[in-house]
Amino acid sequence: MQRQSDFDKRREHLAPLTDGELKERFWELAREIVEPLYDLAYNHTSPSIERSVLLRMGFSSLEAQGIVSAAEKRRLLGKGAGNLVLKYADLKKMDYISAGKQLAENQGWDELQQTLGGND
Amino acid sequence: MQKNGNISNHKDCGLDPNEKLDVREILKDLDKYRPRRSGWTWRKAEPGQKLGPFEYKQTSAPLSRCLPLPAAKYFGGVDPQPDCVITTEIASGRFEDDLRRMRMAAWHGADHIMVIRTTGQSHIDGLLEGTPEGVGGIPVTRKQVRASRKALDLIEDEVGRPINFHSYISGVAGPEIAVMFAEEGVNGAHQDPQYNVLYRNINMQRSFVDAAVAKRIMASCGMLQIDGAHNANATAREAWKVMPELLVQHAINCAFSEMVGMQKENIALSSVPPTAPPAPALSYDLPYAVCLRWLFSDYKVRAQQNTRYIESDSREATVTHVLNLLVSRLTSADVQSTITPDEGRNVPWHYNNVAAVETAKQALVGMDGLKDLLEFKKDGPLPKQVREIAERAVLFLEEIKEKGYFNAVHEGFFVDSGLYPERNGDGISRDPNSGIAAGSIVERDKDYMAPVCEHFGYNNLPDGISKPCDLISGCTFCDGNKIVYIDELDPEDNVEVRLKKAEQHLPENMIMPEVQWKGDGYITLTMFLPEKEEIAEYASLEIAKRLGLLEPEVIHKRIIHPSEGTLIELKGVVPFAIDRSNLEIPEKPKLLSEDEIRDYIARNPMKVVCGTVGEDEHSVGMREIIDIKHGGIEGFGIKAVYLGTSVPVEKMVDAAIEEDADAILISTIISHADVHRKNMERLAQICQEKGVRNKFILVAGGTQVTNDLALEAGLDAGFGRGTKGIHVASFLVEKRRELSSDRDEKGPR
Repeated sequence: MQRQSDFDKRREHLAPLTDGELKERFWELAREIVEPLYDLAYNHTSPSIERSVLLRMGFSSLEAQGIVSAAEKRRLLGKGAGNLVLKYADLKKMDYISAGKQLAENQGWDELQQTLGGND
Repeated sequence: MQKNGNISNHKDCGLDPNEKLDVREILKDLDKYRPRRSGWTWRKAEPGQKLGPFEYKQTSAPLSRCLPLPAAKYFGGVDPQPDCVITTEIASGRFEDDLRRMRMAAWHGADHIMVIRTTGQSHIDGLLEGTPEGVGGIPVTRKQVRASRKALDLIEDEVGRPINFHSYISGVAGPEIAVMFAEEGVNGAHQDPQYNVLYRNINMQRSFVDAAVAKRIMASCGMLQIDGAHNANATAREAWKVMPELLVQHAINCAFSEMVGMQKENIALSSVPPTAPPAPALSYDLPYAVCLRWLFSDYKVRAQQNTRYIESDSREATVTHVLNLLVSRLTSADVQSTITPDEGRNVPWHYNNVAAVETAKQALVGMDGLKDLLEFKKDGPLPKQVREIAERAVLFLEEIKEKGYFNAVHEGFFVDSGLYPERNGDGISRDPNSGIAAGSIVERDKDYMAPVCEHFGYNNLPDGISKPCDLISGCTFCDGNKIVYIDELDPEDNVEVRLKKAEQHLPENMIMPEVQWKGDGYITLTMFLPEKEEIAEYASLEIAKRLGLLEPEVIHKRIIHPSEGTLIELKGVVPFAIDRSNLEIPEKPKLLSEDEIRDYIARNPMKVVCGTVGEDEHSVGMREIIDIKHGGIEGFGIKAVYLGTSVPVEKMVDAAIEEDADAILISTIISHADVHRKNMERLAQICQEKGVRNKFILVAGGTQVTNDLALEAGLDAGFGRGTKGIHVASFLVEKRRELSSDRDEKGPR
């Protein structure tokens, strides 16, 4: 986009504002601009976010990579990777770390997906 | 983890200032190493602090070990530390060499170590592990971070001040890196989704979704966040025209960070004075700095230095940086960044890290209390300029608000070279649906759940669960034992292999110069060639080749006159190493004790005639050697007859004869055309001619004088820089003892 400066005209509505009011307007606009970005972030996740959850659960970066790649392929990331691991651990009645290691090695996904199917 | 641990209690594993840092010791038991604290540490300001003969307004607690500025010796050796944190940027590509660089920088006053990442890491979707070598920075991995933090823990004990460790939480693996940094005690990080979007072409939706999670994790451990707005300045065609946009970028990141849970005091703006001489820099930089600090009064300011206009001239870069430091002192800075003066030439060399830190320290301390002396003119141009920049920024925000942020980026609103609202159509445009990792975000299902603490966003936890990680009996933030440490993945590209190679290349007893990596062999040559630029350049390369330097490369040239000549700086690799055990280092003369000298003089009084000879008005050096209050020879009872400055050599000898002195001490500072050597020779010669050479002990001193030079000239001793009265007094006593024993053997003179 190309445009000549129209600063003098464009600023007319700002001219009567005190410095304090101008500063307030600055921050009000900044907050309004990021609100939709906040909402987007609040309701979405990503492969990196899900790997970050698995890291916090005590999985290695390699295991986290394995679990998230498999979940992505099966379009299950929206459930949360940590959630998937816990569900699989419940299903197999094993501790969640062992369950996650199996999922990281691409085992058990069909079984897990069948269980989840009912929930959708 | 405890904040601000009492660092004085960690003496059991301390570094010895006389020993090099042992990288293997750092690597030992790394799998068990846990950081001692998390979160950022500010310096403790001590207004009104008295150090040496001065009172300071803007300094913090001194270091327990440090290397003060060279001129400190005139001021009681004080090393005042400014009130703001001082950054140094580390970017060698090999972390084992970075550790030594960090230690050197800390001794000169750096307490914010910013480790640059290897090129391309921001596009790697996942964590890297091990210790692979990087380009222009290190691949940031858990092992390298942990080793660096462990080394910094030792270094902060050594210098007596907490050191903040910092790297980057950007790119497509932001949330994972944030987790790893929080676990490993990293204290600060760059995080700004706009950086991903504009400069790394990472999909904008992915960038903001990831950023929210990363920021919440950073907030949970008090990490300091630094944004990426300064990149607009470094990228824009006419950097001073992006001032309104810089404010907009800061505001977007600040507002987003706060919304996801970050405290204002942990949000720092990366602010750069937008321009540099020959522009009238201060008339742009100062109104901008004042405007920024007014609009963002609740946030911290990290004063970055202008890199947009750095060329290969390190002198020019340093002057620009000092002007930037003036802006910091005229306004404020919580973190003062430093850019190495060789930034425009190569990956920074380690001694240039130190140079940059010293420039900041020197300038900030020199301008201590400046704001108590000055105030901005209220009726001058400044308030108007400040208002105008702010209005332009508000108008910019209004237009983004109207279009929506993603559309504004798509239309190329950012990094346009027009001063907003002017638009030149050369901004960076990104499509919201493309870029690296486009299409990779996924909507969270109704039953989305994450059983960990500090997780931003929708989380459908089971009823009755208030602490998410109760579901897994603790996450790594609550139980550090759960962290999984991977040592190495690549058997070839790792620190052990590199250390072994370096040891073979350069055994322990061998010495090679270095600027970046151990044993890299680089030296620089500075030369003036009385030739035109192109001829000078090729002549300098030929000189380097004939000197035997490998890989010679011109790193800086400056035309001094179109035909009269060119200054060249050139780097090259030395093709040999020096064996430490073969070095012949002259033994330092043993000094007599003060008491022994005093006793001797009390029993054998001594008189000396002193003065600065030739056409030379320097008196300070000689007065220091004589005066009792400077620890001079008078303090030992030696009687000194001082003849002043510009004394003809002959007059010195005549006065010594008349006073029946034991010794003549001449000071000869000016060394043009070898005048210092000639003065020394003349003293010996006149004494010979007058037949009194054996009557007097002849001593010369001066900045260019050495003992060898003085002996060659026929004198008894010479003293150079750093000489104290006791050195001269000790020599005079020893020499007279020697002469009297000669006399005892040979009979009276």
